[in-house]
Amino acid sequence: MKLAGHLFLAAVMLFLIGPFVIICFAGLSAGESLAFPPEGLSLRWVIRVFEIESFRSSFALSLALGIGATLFALILGIPAAYALARYDVPGGEAIRNVLTAPIIVPGIIVGLALLRHLVIPSGLGVRLALFLAHSALLIPYAVRVVSASLENLRPDIEEAAILLGTSRIGAFLRVTLPNIRNGIMAAFIIGFITSFNEVPASLFLTGPGVATLPVDMLLYMEFNFDPSIAALSGLLALMSLTVVLVAERLLGLSHYV
Amino acid sequence: MSEPFLKLDDLTLAYGDSIAVDRLNFEMREGELVALLGPSGCGKTTTMRSIAGLMKARSGRILLDGRDITRVPANKRGIGLVFQSYALFPHLSVRENVAFGLRIAGTPADERDRRVASALSAVGLESFADRAPAALSGGQQQRVALARSIVMEPRLLLLDEPLSNLDARLRLGMRTELARLQRELGIAMLYVTHDQVEALALADRVIVMQGGAIEQIGTPEDIYERPASPFVAKFIGFENTFETEGDMLKGSAGPVPTGFAVPAGTRGLAWRPKSVPLGTGPHEGRIIGASYQGESVEYLLESPLGEVKAERPAAEPRHAPGTEVQFDLPLSGAVVLPNA
Repeated sequence: MKLAGHLFLAAVMLFLIGPFVIICFAGLSAGESLAFPPEGLSLRWVIRVFEIESFRSSFALSLALGIGATLFALILGIPAAYALARYDVPGGEAIRNVLTAPIIVPGIIVGLALLRHLVIPSGLGVRLALFLAHSALLIPYAVRVVSASLENLRPDIEEAAILLGTSRIGAFLRVTLPNIRNGIMAAFIIGFITSFNEVPASLFLTGPGVATLPVDMLLYMEFNFDPSIAALSGLLALMSLTVVLVAERLLGLSHYV
Repeated sequence: MSEPFLKLDDLTLAYGDSIAVDRLNFEMREGELVALLGPSGCGKTTTMRSIAGLMKARSGRILLDGRDITRVPANKRGIGLVFQSYALFPHLSVRENVAFGLRIAGTPADERDRRVASALSAVGLESFADRAPAALSGGQQQRVALARSIVMEPRLLLLDEPLSNLDARLRLGMRTELARLQRELGIAMLYVTHDQVEALALADRVIVMQGGAIEQIGTPEDIYERPASPFVAKFIGFENTFETEGDMLKGSAGPVPTGFAVPAGTRGLAWRPKSVPLGTGPHEGRIIGASYQGESVEYLLESPLGEVKAERPAAEPRHAPGTEVQFDLPLSGAVVLPNA
């Protein structure tokens, strides 16, 4: 019985980690086409990734988008989380539900709707559309994660700060903000990774020479079948893993998710 | 006597449409220690919050040292408040918690250090200055909260249920400490409590509140020995409190003769459980509960008056639950509640 349990656990772990291992090895191939097991080991495709111009520009776009949209989502989300946590907002429950809707609605629908009803009629630039779409998709994460850390904080410490002479804003900046700083950092990391890995909505929001990195990778694969795509996937997975591990070490990310 | 130090003048407080405190009036002298006593929901905490400026007054005025502070924002009133939860800043050390207000005020560093050190030594926490609040016990956290307030040298210090989160041994220590600080610093202190023992033991004067209004103001002796209303009598431990009409007590099942001539101008009569003899007297009841307390036995009786509590010395003959027993509510053991 116990052995069966262990076998089952091992199978699940293999299923979860297997693809990642396969991709990493495929990316280290010395051969010409994407295959597993690889035909010999080399770093040539890892180096090749950095030479492909479209990857460089889409990486830059995804990086800027991830940082920009997450910051914007936090700028809107922190006050929203604060208001929902501290005040008896009329219709607060409804607002909370609307704010979590983007997590429930499939991204492909969000992307199509944005393209059909916002980008095309308004002639909005693709970059701006991406920025707005990603911000909207990230607000729920910002609100939820910041709410979680606000709920762990007694509201009366702000009153205590006010009675010691500071203003309302001062109390928020001097007392509340330092205590939810870890929550905000956690929200930033979760938001950034979500944005960076987002495909369905971004798929519709492409233009000449403008695509996010995951979308660009899909486009690349339609015409090329070399191991560079696997090498890039491995690099991205390592990047995400590093960020999450560092965050877990420094902030205890798992408390907030 | 000079102007009162703190004066509430027809203060009315409300949450939306519900009035929490209705035209409250009281005064406090400089350096006085006053307790606001009442059950939860009586408006005592609301009153304290409005004195601190954390709640807006619907109408009426708050005067501090002759100055109308009703519209002065909380951060400009110079009133200290020790929260029931202590409300320490979790990201700052004990020393930085205490220094917080002085930093806001821009006090020079050397003076700040000196005042923080003296506040910490006043509460006996010098050696804990570099700890985080979370690493302290409840009693120590409360002393930090106290130091954080007194370092600002407030003229008035408000305390919300200062002893309620402490265990019995710490309570006694804290009570002594508060009284000592109050004597040494001469700060007027107003504290809110629902515990009559706490109010009586610490305060110069006690204000009993109920339903958003004051029931009685007096010294602890006044309150304990001469309650002014049936509510105060009940709240302070006269568990057998009945309103009167002529020579009749108003029982839950109709009027019951007292068996003596009730003095004129009486509104009600109140007896502590200790003043109710069993086995003799004009009233009859059935024992529905008996609980042995060591020195004494506490009985709960069901009678035409309603429930009656009696406490008899353990040496007296016992009464088993379910038995019928006579009892007395003698005038000699009663407190007379006068007409308002």
